[in-house]
Amino acid sequence: MVKLDEIQKRLLTEVADLHTVPEGAYNIRANGESAGRASTANIEIVPRDTKDGLTINIKPGTRNESVHIPVVMSKSGIKETVYNDFHIGEGADITIVAGCGIDNCGVQDSEHDGIHRFYVGKGARVKYVEKHYGSGTGTGKRILNPVTEVYMEEDSSVEMEMVQIKGVDDTTRTTKATLAAGASLVVRERLMTHGEQNAVSIYKVELNGENSSADVVSRSVARDTSYQKFDAVIVGNAPCNGHTECDAIIMDKGRILAVPGLEANDVDAALVHEAAIGKIAGDQIIKLMTLGLTEEEAEEQIINGFLK
Amino acid sequence: MLKLENISFEVDSDGTDKEIIKDISLTVPDDKLIVITGPNGGGKSTLAKLIAGIEKPTSGRILLDGTDITDMSVTDRAKAGIGFAFQQPVRFKGIEVFDLIRLATGTKITVSDACEYLSAVGLCAHDYINREVNASLSGGELKRIEIATVLAKGSKFSIFDEPEAGIDLWSFNNLIEVFEGMRSRIKDSSIIIISHQERILNIADEIIVLKDGELLMQGSREDILPKLSGTESAVKGCGKGLPAVNGGAQNG
Repeated sequence: MVKLDEIQKRLLTEVADLHTVPEGAYNIRANGESAGRASTANIEIVPRDTKDGLTINIKPGTRNESVHIPVVMSKSGIKETVYNDFHIGEGADITIVAGCGIDNCGVQDSEHDGIHRFYVGKGARVKYVEKHYGSGTGTGKRILNPVTEVYMEEDSSVEMEMVQIKGVDDTTRTTKATLAAGASLVVRERLMTHGEQNAVSIYKVELNGENSSADVVSRSVARDTSYQKFDAVIVGNAPCNGHTECDAIIMDKGRILAVPGLEANDVDAALVHEAAIGKIAGDQIIKLMTLGLTEEEAEEQIINGFLK
Repeated sequence: MLKLENISFEVDSDGTDKEIIKDISLTVPDDKLIVITGPNGGGKSTLAKLIAGIEKPTSGRILLDGTDITDMSVTDRAKAGIGFAFQQPVRFKGIEVFDLIRLATGTKITVSDACEYLSAVGLCAHDYINREVNASLSGGELKRIEIATVLAKGSKFSIFDEPEAGIDLWSFNNLIEVFEGMRSRIKDSSIIIISHQERILNIADEIIVLKDGELLMQGSREDILPKLSGTESAVKGCGKGLPAVNGGAQNG
């Protein structure tokens, strides 16, 4: 049975919108060990032989099921690297909710590095949601360095929603994807950093098959003295469509570096990148002030909308 | 009552002070529809921004119902009862039409409440309520949403800077209904409209003519309108707004 303390329960709500044990297959990892696990007829979750993660097997044709694998850490000083492999059978249509919440009230750093590999079968559809959240008053840092690797077979599609809004001090998120013919990848990243936080997002997407497509869009806000780097490369090795976009707001003394990269190795590869960084437009604030909001309230509304 | 006393506004233009508004004093009584007109570059929009607090006068005072609001922020003036519809509506990524109207009312409203404001400006509420107020909307659509926000705010003094620009013939009549509706709903409320449009001049209680930053004329429509026809400023000004048909707005 799942036994979680109040802090862990709160973290679980933040990263996976879970108030109780989820329906369907799940594994909840708390302070470095499994606090509960369930498989279903179609989705099998088993520990790796090396005991440093999970293998998740999803049967071909599985429809409308979900897998939750949240991680919560409420002890200071834990550092772990976890490997989770997802094998998604042909024609399956599933939702996977990951996410990590760290509460660090101590002086030692807490770090969770999740290495997720997705092997997506022909025609399978995956919606993947990954939220990162940090809290706690300790001086120990909350560190997350996720690596996501996606191997997509023909005509498969993956939609990834990556969210980090609060409390993570240091993160390097690396996402790599290779796409076969007809496969489609959509990434929506939402990021807000504050204080002295540091966040790096690296994407490398290889479009190897005919009519494959990728759309990688990041919306971010950097406040205080935080720093962000968005480094997105799309490589077109076949007739394909690729689009990457970084749309960012800087505030205070925040800094953002956007490094969009495109590499076309086929004459029919159509690749586009867009990047825009700037402060909140003054007329947006003034418009909301004419409706009676203070400058601070106006900024908050504008950012909330931007990151929605 | 809104009172402007000896308002002047200067800007720095290539190292020299340029006077945009020159010592203007005027009174906007309660329960009136005032139209400010005059040639382009005459200072109309600047005067509106000075009233809303977006610009601060170089000298002079602004009084709202006897209270000096000259040093008040835009927010405080909005709370004191001044509404302002931008000539060029602002776009927001991610903020939806419903959000903007909810913020304008300053209360927790339902979607159907918000829809009433959209319907009033001739937009099919169902199609627009969850749209983002971004570049996907046409100029005419944004303009009507802008008017809906001022309508939703429900101020005692509302200023509309060229509200008819980009609005088609059908909704022009609708627009006049909006103004009439606002006045009847809010007791003693007054509306100031900046316009070149003859048909808007025709619904004014009073007309103010600004030229080169100076108050050229102020008086009742009956007095001012005959004087406007034939003058250079009126011909230029009124001519700009006609015909009112404009392709900017879409069905609604």
